[in-house]
Amino acid sequence: MAQIFHPRTKVLSRASIMAGAIVLAACTVVAAALYRSSYFTGVNEARQQDVPFSHQHHVAGLGIDCRYCHTSVEKSSFAGIPPTTTCMTCHSQVWNTSPMLAPVRLSFQTNTPLTWARVHDLPDFVYFNHSIHIAKGIGCSTCHGQVDRMPLVWKVNTLYMNWCLDCHRHPEEQIRPKEEVFNMAYQPPADQAALGASLVRQYQVRTQQLTDCSICHR
Amino acid sequence: MTTISDDMDGGLLASGNRHAPGARPRGAAAIAGIALAAAIVFAGCHSDMYNQKKYKPLAASEFYPDGQASRPLVDGTVVHRDHSDDGVIASGKVNGVPVNGFPFPVTEQILRRGQERYNIYCSPCHGRTGDGRGMAVQRGFPQPPSYHTDSLRARPVGHVVDVIAHGFGRMYPYADRVAPRDRWAIAAYIRALQASRQTTVADLPPSQRQQLK
Repeated sequence: MAQIFHPRTKVLSRASIMAGAIVLAACTVVAAALYRSSYFTGVNEARQQDVPFSHQHHVAGLGIDCRYCHTSVEKSSFAGIPPTTTCMTCHSQVWNTSPMLAPVRLSFQTNTPLTWARVHDLPDFVYFNHSIHIAKGIGCSTCHGQVDRMPLVWKVNTLYMNWCLDCHRHPEEQIRPKEEVFNMAYQPPADQAALGASLVRQYQVRTQQLTDCSICHR
Repeated sequence: MTTISDDMDGGLLASGNRHAPGARPRGAAAIAGIALAAAIVFAGCHSDMYNQKKYKPLAASEFYPDGQASRPLVDGTVVHRDHSDDGVIASGKVNGVPVNGFPFPVTEQILRRGQERYNIYCSPCHGRTGDGRGMAVQRGFPQPPSYHTDSLRARPVGHVVDVIAHGFGRMYPYADRVAPRDRWAIAAYIRALQASRQTTVADLPPSQRQQLK
C-alpha cells in the first residue's frame, strides 16, 4: 500500500505549525501595540472643537483660575462645562465681533447650547468623582497634564484602569498640598516620599479602601 | 448652556487574518484555528457597557427636541435644599436696601476664603489689589472703578453682595458662580483690600510693625 503522505509532508507540517504560532504571536503584539497607541487611546491627540477655545491663552496668558469656568469641580462629581453666559461675561465686551466667537454669540442669542467634543471620556461603568480628588490633594495637572499649555485640549493619560490603579495603590506618590491642587506648574518636591506619606495621613486618605471594586464601580 | 457630544465610541479594530498560503489541509486548519481563537477573543469586545443607554451631565440627546438630556426646570419648581441662606445672605439687602454689616462673624478663615474666591472670580477684571486693572481690562474690557475711592469705601457692604449676585453695569451676575456665603467672604476681603491702603504703620500691632523692618 502506497504511503498517503510523502516524507516532505513532515517538514511542511512542522513549518505550518511554527508559522501559525508566529502569526498568533505577531497578532498579539500588533494588537497590544495598537491598544496602547494614541490612535486607540487618543492620548496626545488634540480634539477639534466648533469653537477653538484655547486654555493656553485663558489660563497661562490671562491667569484665569480653573474654577472660574469649571465651577462645580470642588463640590460635584462633574467639573462642569461653563454655560455660554460665562464666555459672554468677558466676550460681550472683548473680541465681541470676532468671527471665531460667532458660535458663542449665536448660542447666547438663541439660547441654544454650544457643543463640545468630549476629550476625557470614561467608560459608563466608572463612577469618577472630581470633588473627592480635589478635597484629598490630587492636582488637576496630575490627570489632565498642563492644560495651560494646550491650545486645544488633549489627553495626556490613557485613563485606563491600570493607570487609575497606579495611583490608588500608591496615592502618596501623587498627593500634593491642597493649596497646590490648582497649580498647573506644580512639581513634586525632592522629599515627595516623606511629604506624600504625611499628607495621606493628614488628609485621612483611606488607603485600604482605595482598591476596592466599589470605589469606582457600582 | 452647554452640551457635550459623547461620540468617543471606541470602535473596535477588526483583526485582519488574511493569509496567502494554506495549500495543505493542515495549514488551512491552523489558520482556521487562529481565526476561531481570534473570533472568540474579540467576541468579548463590544461597547454597550462602555457607552450605556444613560445620560451623563450635559449630554446631548436625540430624544428631546432641544437636543439636550438635561431638562429645563418646570415653572414654579422649588429648590430642594436648605433655604437658610436665602434673603439677606444671598442678596445683601433688606427691603431693597443694602445692609451695612455682616450677617455672620468675619473670622480669619472667612477672610482667607474671600481672598481665594476673589482671586478666582473677581481679579480677572478688578485686579488682585482691587485697582480695577485686571488682565481682562488690560485686554480691552472697560475698566471698573477702583475700590480705593471714598465713594466705594463709603458704600454699605451689602452693596458688594448685591453686585456679585445681580451684576452691575457691564458686569454680569455671579450668583450661579459664587455661593451666598462666599459673596460675604469676598465682600469682607474687599474691605480688607480697602483697609490695606488706609492703614498707617502706627495702626499695626507691634508684632507686625516688627515684620516691616
